[in-house]
Amino acid sequence: MSQLFHHSANAIARFSIFGGICLVAGVAWLGWQADTSSWETRANEHRSQPVPFSHMHHVGGMGLDCRYCHTTVETSSFANIPPTRTCMNCHSQLFLSSPTLEPVRASYRTGQSLQWTRVYDLPDFVYFNHSIHINKGVGCETCHGRVDKMPLTYQYPSLEMSWCIDCHRDPAQHVRPREFITTMGYQPAGDQEEIGRRLVKEYGIQDARTLTSCNTCHR
Amino acid sequence: MNDSSEKLDLAAVRAKLQGAHGREYWRSLEDLAATPEFQELMEREFPRQSIGWSEDEDPVKGRRNFLKLMSASLALAGLSACTRQPTEFITPYIRQPEDLIPGRPLFYATSTTLNGVATGVLAESHEGRPTKIEGNPEHAASLGACSAFSQASVLGLYDPDRMTTVNYAGETRSWGMFFGALREALTAQKSKNGAGIRILTETITSPTMADQFKRIRQMYPGLKWHQWEPAGPHGARAGAQMAFGQPVNTYYDFSAANVIVSLDSDFLASGPASLRYARQFAAKRRVRGDKTEMNRLYVVEPMPTPTGSKADHRLALRAADIEVFAGALSTAIGVGKGPRSGDNNDVYKWLDPIGKDLASNKGASLIIAGECQPPSVHAFAHAMNAALGNVGKTVFYTDPIEAEPVDQLASLLDLVKDLDAGQVDLLLILGGNPAYNAPVELGLRDRFAKARVAAHLSLYDNETSRACQWRLPEAHFLEAWGDARGFDGSVALQQPLIQPLYGGKAASEVLQMLTDHPEMASRDIVRAYWAGQHSGADFETWWRRSLHDGFIANSALPVKTPALHGESIVAPARAPKLNGLEVIFRPDPAVYDGRFANNGWLQEFPRPITKITWDNAAILSPATAHQLGLDSANRPSGVNIVGKMLELTYQGRTLRAPAWIQPGHADGAITLHLGYGRTRAGRSGTGIGFNAFGLRTGQAMWHDTGLQAKALSDSYEFATPSIDHTLDPRRHIFRAADIEDYRKDPNFAHEGTEDPPPGLTIYPEWKYPGYAWGMAIDLTACMGCGACVVACQAENNIAVVGKDQVRRGRSMQWLRVDSYYSGDPANPGIVNQPVPCMQCENAPCELVCPVQATNHSSEGLNDMVYNRCVGTRYCSNNCPYKVRRFNFYLFSDYETPSLKLLNNPDVTVRSRGVMEKCTYCVQRINAAKIDSEKEGRKVRDGEIQTACQATCPTEAIIFGNVNDPESRVSKMKAEKLNYGMLAELNTRPRTTYLAELRNPNSGIED
Repeated sequence: MSQLFHHSANAIARFSIFGGICLVAGVAWLGWQADTSSWETRANEHRSQPVPFSHMHHVGGMGLDCRYCHTTVETSSFANIPPTRTCMNCHSQLFLSSPTLEPVRASYRTGQSLQWTRVYDLPDFVYFNHSIHINKGVGCETCHGRVDKMPLTYQYPSLEMSWCIDCHRDPAQHVRPREFITTMGYQPAGDQEEIGRRLVKEYGIQDARTLTSCNTCHR
Repeated sequence: MNDSSEKLDLAAVRAKLQGAHGREYWRSLEDLAATPEFQELMEREFPRQSIGWSEDEDPVKGRRNFLKLMSASLALAGLSACTRQPTEFITPYIRQPEDLIPGRPLFYATSTTLNGVATGVLAESHEGRPTKIEGNPEHAASLGACSAFSQASVLGLYDPDRMTTVNYAGETRSWGMFFGALREALTAQKSKNGAGIRILTETITSPTMADQFKRIRQMYPGLKWHQWEPAGPHGARAGAQMAFGQPVNTYYDFSAANVIVSLDSDFLASGPASLRYARQFAAKRRVRGDKTEMNRLYVVEPMPTPTGSKADHRLALRAADIEVFAGALSTAIGVGKGPRSGDNNDVYKWLDPIGKDLASNKGASLIIAGECQPPSVHAFAHAMNAALGNVGKTVFYTDPIEAEPVDQLASLLDLVKDLDAGQVDLLLILGGNPAYNAPVELGLRDRFAKARVAAHLSLYDNETSRACQWRLPEAHFLEAWGDARGFDGSVALQQPLIQPLYGGKAASEVLQMLTDHPEMASRDIVRAYWAGQHSGADFETWWRRSLHDGFIANSALPVKTPALHGESIVAPARAPKLNGLEVIFRPDPAVYDGRFANNGWLQEFPRPITKITWDNAAILSPATAHQLGLDSANRPSGVNIVGKMLELTYQGRTLRAPAWIQPGHADGAITLHLGYGRTRAGRSGTGIGFNAFGLRTGQAMWHDTGLQAKALSDSYEFATPSIDHTLDPRRHIFRAADIEDYRKDPNFAHEGTEDPPPGLTIYPEWKYPGYAWGMAIDLTACMGCGACVVACQAENNIAVVGKDQVRRGRSMQWLRVDSYYSGDPANPGIVNQPVPCMQCENAPCELVCPVQATNHSSEGLNDMVYNRCVGTRYCSNNCPYKVRRFNFYLFSDYETPSLKLLNNPDVTVRSRGVMEKCTYCVQRINAAKIDSEKEGRKVRDGEIQTACQATCPTEAIIFGNVNDPESRVSKMKAEKLNYGMLAELNTRPRTTYLAELRNPNSGIED
């Protein structure tokens, strides 16, 4: 009885074994890439807003402090989106006829809230608190990027858990003195490592074991 | 039920107990009898949902199908993580309110009423939506504690079944149209002086509404105001009349009482001042270090209550015998003329020792008559308190707190007479549900039709609304302004947290429609009244201060000492002859008189002692059950407790209800809880349970003899979560001693048990350098009222699962209160033990999780990470305390719009397929930690209160940092009474217990 398979079938067998492994690995890799891609995390994605509000203009151009509008950032878990009244503080006198600002004026006139699209949207099982980060020297820029250079606001980091945990494991890499908390383009006056270690101690930032306990963020 | 099996026999159970030595506890009678069914039931962690393991057993859910489904789900489960976050929106304010910081809750003082009497509460508001009720520490009736009813009231606010529109004979109308119709009717009444107007309310203590009535009566002198409260203190009102010849309000001070005799009074868990009484009672009982003095409590009652479970001596008597007991006791202390012996020897056996105890504590004793007891018992209690010199020391009298104290039954009969005579042109029913809960012989439901115009203001479109043409949506107490008097007459203010969700109006606003200024809002009505009452120019400051506090300072009624009319207190009749069984009616511990029937939290709240949920029952003693030819114990059949149906006949009316055999219930009596069998309650409350109002007549509102009971062949499956969630008390779960034994051997709680030394583990040692959270639960203080269970449910977004799922053992409450019995089943000792998560330092659950969804935190909490959990339930299988709860289905309501407002935004709403358990209210811990860190300090002791701790009337639960030796919890844990449950397993539980102490009278042999 002759050989059922020709000699070259060995090559096919080898190819299919390795090819199969590669295929599985490839699909897994693709899945991983898709899962961490900015399409999935929605990083760097501009969201449509009722008014094309420009942080670049207000922060970069005019030099407004973040806390002029986001008043509760130091006291509450939630950094509030300013009420229409805050916009009208200036815009009852500036750009009165600008059609782009009509939704803001309409909101003030009618009492209907503006509906902003959420840019930084954590999953519902994550409990992030702005006030404690601000009080412990985590600057706005650290998570929100250079908003003074954003004509339209986008999500700067991936907001994946690993991104949060990186800092919770070693906050010294990221903290800054409180007086620079809203500064954009902050440069440490010296070695960040050294300044960071000092600030972690000074601000009583908790140890990595506490900061990475599940209940720090999940309840 | 396996009928061929041997009947559970009381004699056999007793024989078993004879063999026991020392204090031994049992869960239930079937446990004691150790029937094979019971033991089989206890074999598995979740016995009620275990599937068959072979195809023969279950072709659909068999093992192979199970594995197929599991592998498919596992493969697909990974994909579920790959969802893109949906787009969400933020809608800011136009003008932000000044005090409101988004993300931080605000607390407002307001008050809630039951039977018209106010208790102060603090309502938590998240961006304008009330989510949680806490006690108001400054209010005398609350002292910071809160009842289960108040806790559940936020669910009542958001109940999707509330009445949403004004309705006329089934058609939607507006308030304006109702007002038009009302005006028309009133104009016709002008010439008749209002003789055709009848207003029927619940008990009213509100000074504002009293003033409104006064003004309305001036306009319509012929108008009649009737009041009806089905579970009101009718006996107390008449008893005061009997003893003093005038209506009098009575309240007590337990902080000065060393000896207390309760004549069927559940003063610790029901009544308008029970929170205060429980706090005072527990403080007087607290044994710490060298302080080993305790008060002593005697309870005579038919049906075991939380108060009865705290008794040092408890006598189970039929309700009618309590009158005889009261008479005999009054003779024993030398004020009465009652007989001191009679047919029922039980009644008389403890008279001398109790009398002696009372006599040696003159001025520091207290005799308290139950609200459901007849007037004579109240009169006896007044006479005895006076004779013992307690008046002004432990007992206080004031003028009545009700705006108009009337005999409510007579008032209702008067209304019925007028209805029959066709004299009622306009009937306004403000609140209540008289068509359902008035005495059955009155047939009010049909009689309301005799009124020309009838309108019912109500939260729900209920039985009474059905009988009226106009149905008006009522504003919830969290939606309206108002005021009401508390137990001592002090005025509590009620302020709204939210605009009426469905355009409802408060009773005061509807009353106002009868006046010359018909369109005033409740705020203006209340404010205008108090502006008239307050003398002085600083009204605005005074008013804001009062609103802030939640009550009007110094408004308690002055204490007075009414003269006792001794001769009018009749000598008690001899024990009534047992003509059939005695029927006893009591408000249900959870749905009360039926008003909370549609509240899922209360329906699913395991009732104190019985642990029944979603039902009422014909509750009777083992011996009485035996007489009726039933087993002497409840029995599990297959997977559940099954009771035989009884046919109860009383005065020609019949009711079918399942028998629940309750150790400690009085023999020869059947207790029926009111509030069930509703026909128009809503999706949760309609059609469940058995309507005991169907047997209740005006002549016997609380108890009577002459009940016939017949066992039927069919049986009924109860929903009780307790059986497979409780532990075997033979494992020293519950430890207790008498105070004398404690004085001799303070270390008794640790004898015969093993406490493994620290470090006895193969795992690396886990250090707690910062905070280490822990809890201590004082079993001497806990009375098992269960307020903590509902508080936990409200705080932690715990889902309601429904009767069917409870029957399958899937109730979700994180905290449970176990009840155990000891001694003779006829009159057992009853103990309660709250069981939250133990937060073990060596936690068995953490080691078995394959996906690291439950982890140890740096502060010693066993964190549960819902988003990691894949639902293997290994952790639950490995938990020796049975405190983990699994979401078998999507129990949380993600759909109903109004219920979305209810959720606590600081706690994840759990989905299907994840495990959950007590977290020590980690959201509160984190909030307090963040606040303290921002202020650069440590968390202060007492700054964090878990939800169960905050609501506990007796301060039985204390939480804090065990690393701080000065904290309250550390001091409690340093007591010799402190023990860890199942500590011999080396779990090192952070939740520990203080063994219970009792103070029995050595002159009484139990």
